[in-house]
Formats: sequence, C-alpha cells, structure tokens
Amino acid sequence: MAEVHAEMVANVWKVVVAEGDTVEEGDTLVILESMKMEIPVLAEDDGVVSQLKVAEGDVVQEGDLIAVIS
Amino acid sequence: MLNETLGTVLIANRGEIARRIIRTVQRLGLRAVAVHSEADADLPFVTEADEAVLLGPANPAQSYLDVDKVLEAARATGAKAIHPGYGFLAENAAFARAVVKAGLIWIGPAPEAIERMGDKINARNLMERAGVPVAAGTREPVTDLEQARARAEEIGYPVMVKTAGGGGGIGMSVAHDAEGLTKAFEQAARAAARFASGDVLDGPAVLLERYIERARHVEVQILGLPDGTVLALGERDCSVQRRHQKVVEESPSPGVTPELRERMLAAAVKAGEAVGYLGAGTVECLVDADKQDFVFLEMNTRLQVEHPVTELVTGLDLVELQLRVAAGENPEVRPEVEGHAIEFRVYAEDPKRFFPGPGAITVWEEPSGDGVRVDSGYAAGTTVTPFYDPLMAKLCVYGQSRAEALELGRKAVDAFKVEGPKNNLPFCAELLGNAEFVSGEYDTGLVGRMRAT
Repeated sequence: MAEVHAEMVANVWKVVVAEGDTVEEGDTLVILESMKMEIPVLAEDDGVVSQLKVAEGDVVQEGDLIAVIS
Repeated sequence: MLNETLGTVLIANRGEIARRIIRTVQRLGLRAVAVHSEADADLPFVTEADEAVLLGPANPAQSYLDVDKVLEAARATGAKAIHPGYGFLAENAAFARAVVKAGLIWIGPAPEAIERMGDKINARNLMERAGVPVAAGTREPVTDLEQARARAEEIGYPVMVKTAGGGGGIGMSVAHDAEGLTKAFEQAARAAARFASGDVLDGPAVLLERYIERARHVEVQILGLPDGTVLALGERDCSVQRRHQKVVEESPSPGVTPELRERMLAAAVKAGEAVGYLGAGTVECLVDADKQDFVFLEMNTRLQVEHPVTELVTGLDLVELQLRVAAGENPEVRPEVEGHAIEFRVYAEDPKRFFPGPGAITVWEEPSGDGVRVDSGYAAGTTVTPFYDPLMAKLCVYGQSRAEALELGRKAVDAFKVEGPKNNLPFCAELLGNAEFVSGEYDTGLVGRMRAT
C-alpha cells in the first residue's frame, strides 16, 4: 500500500483517476495547480486506487493525503 | 500637466509590480488606486496606495481578470487612467478597448498593436514582412497532431512547441522526435484551451519553430513616442531560465558584440515601427552566440518584469515614461547605457526542483545600500498564497562593471533573509558561484545543466 501526499499547498485542478482504477507506476493521478504551475501527482507504484481523497477545486495543504494505491 | 491629464491612476495588478507602479505614480504627484482580491488584502501594495478597492475572491477570474469590476473600481474612485502592469489584463486587447471606451486613458500601446503581437504566429509573419529575421516555423496555426507531425518534419527536429497566444512559458516545450512531439503538442493544446477561458483571446492554436540549442534569450526594450519615434533602450539577457521562465536577467548582455547589438536594436525599432508602437514594449529574440546571429521570438506589449535592469543602466524610470507617453507627451529620452545591472527573481519555490512553496512569511529582511534595489511585493507577516505567480521580489544590483555587479549580487543575496515560504535565494547564491554564469558565456540550457545529476 502506498499513500500519495501533496508536496505543497495547491488547488486540485484535475482528477485523472477514479477509485477502483488500476494504475501503473508513473501514471498521473491528479493534476495540482499552484502559482500558475501544473504539477502532476504520479503513482509511485503499480496497483489499484483504493482511496481518492480529493476532488477538483479542492485546496490541499502540504502533506495532505491525496490517494492510496494498494 | 500630468496632473490634469492623468490625476488618478488605477493599477490593475498586484504584488511587486503594483507597488512599483504606485511608487512612481505618487512621486509624480498623482493619486494611485490599487485593486485587489480578498487573498491580497494585507499586502503592501494595498496599504501603500492612496485608495484601494476590493475586487472579489482570490480566483483571478473573479478579481484581477474581471474587466467589469476593474472598470467599476475606476469609476468609483475617479481614476482617469489604468496601468495594467504585466500579466493579467496587460495584453488583453478587449480590455484595452473597454478602457478607452469607458473614456479612460489606457497606459499601453493601441489595442490593435496588442492584438497583432498577441498572436505569436501573426507576429512572426508580420516581423518577417518588416524585414526582421525569424526562425523557420509555422506560418499558420497548427490545430491537430497530424498537422503538427507534418510541419515538424518540414522544419526539422528539435522543434519548439508553444501556444499562439498566452505567455510566461506556460504550455511551451521542446520536442526532439515524433514521440516527444505528441506529448509537447498535447501539453500546448491543453494550455491553449485554458488561456482561451481566461485572459487571452486565442483558441487552441499551436505554433512550431526550429529550436536553437545553446541559444541565448536576449530582448530589446523599446519605447514608442506619440510623435511616431521608436527608441531602443538597450538589451537584457534573460538566458537563466527554468521551465522556459526567466530567473535572472542582466544588461548589457555579456554574449552580444557591439556589432550584433547594433543590428538587434535596429531590428527592434523596425518591429516597433511596423505596428505603430506606443509606450514601453519588449522585442524578444533568440541569439546564436557562436554565429553572432539572432531571430525574432515574440513581442511583449507591456512593461516587462525585468524592466529594472534597463532602468539601472539607463537611469530612466520606464513607468514614468509610460505615464508621460500615455498623457500625450514626447519626453526627451537619451538612450545611453552605462555600467552593468543584474536582477534576481526571488521566487517562492524550492531551490532544487523549483516547485512552488507558498506560505506565511515570518522573516523578511531586504538588503540595501549603494547599487542595490529591491522591488518586493511582500513583507513579514504577509502570506504568499498559491493563487498567483511565485514572484516575491526582484533583487537588482548595479555596478560599473559586470564583475562589480556580481560581487554586489553575492553580498545582497546573502543579506536577503526570507523565512516561511520556500525560496530560491540558495539557487541565486549557487548561480553566482557557477563558473559558466560568472564567465558570462552561458545559454538557456544553464539551469538544466546545473540540475542534471
């Protein structure tokens, strides 16, 4: 199981995957936006998105849980 | 005289540039009106203005990009002129028209000039016709991947892929082969679609250009006067870039010979004359330092972020000149460059990967002294929010020689204390110790090489 956390304060611009999706390492899970920059959040492992904690338009803080891959 | 024509000037921007414009407006005895979002209510530019108007929520679409709200603020405060700064509505021709239609003075070039230069494809074609050299590239907008592939084959890889509209390096990338092109095209198309919903007037049009490796990014500051004269006020070297966005700029460029400078300045004047340019503008070029040759890249029809380096080497106040030109004056300007200036953009980002790092500022101590100028948008106790670009301040140094400016830069970077948000001051210090940068013989690949592991 791998938890994916936000590395910075950002807005959730796009949610690319849904809970239950199968992903491979390097796949984009969500795209954050902070300070006019798009920051893709990638899966660090192969697996299934068991939890997705953010929705488009949310504001995440540094360290917030974005998703769980198991 | 300025008092009668301009009186009260509304600054439709935020942060360091709003503050910098307010300073000149007030020095000239005029009233400065700030407009701001809820997120920016505590920033220095809001408190330093003679009057401030809340536009709306943090989201730029509901505040800084809301044309109706900005015009209403101008009416409510009795402003006679609007200065757009850079970014936001600065290169929005529809906004410029709306300002003029509302009976106000637009501090910028004619809306037609913004329009003709705002579309990079149009601008390229126009410059080519005016006799300004351009890189091999597309003369029509590319709208699908198949077209992009065909054009890239004709131009030859590597190609630079970018949106026809927009700016600030967003959506821009280099493709080295067909596979890379797919990714680059999709990224540009996505960026184009986003611009379309926001500030700029473009559709999903993409532009391809031959990519010059080991090129320098050098731009010429121009000033168009009401009598039709276009002046070139020296150049700025902006080759220190990350993600195709500038981090450090200097004037004069250490990579341009007097002979090339003369040709570039003449071409920039020609570019300005081709669109009947009024006020301050910038002609961006790519320079092949080995061949001492250049091509036109794009024109920015506004005040540039890095304008202070030009002000330091010319002794001019570009905002004052913008105001005087907008008021119909033909100020006497002697475009003479003396000494050397360097600007460091202090960004709220980590100094290794350059990822954004907003946050509350607990410590903020700016360097000062002879040859040091800081244009900042923040202070201790304020917060850098994720809603806007990461520029916190511009640290500028001026010396009689480049060596003197570098030495001043080292001291000033060291003396600048910021705690709270992440910041790139450690990167600036690293750069000042980098042999390639110090030698002056660097190109736009410098930061990439510094970070290659």
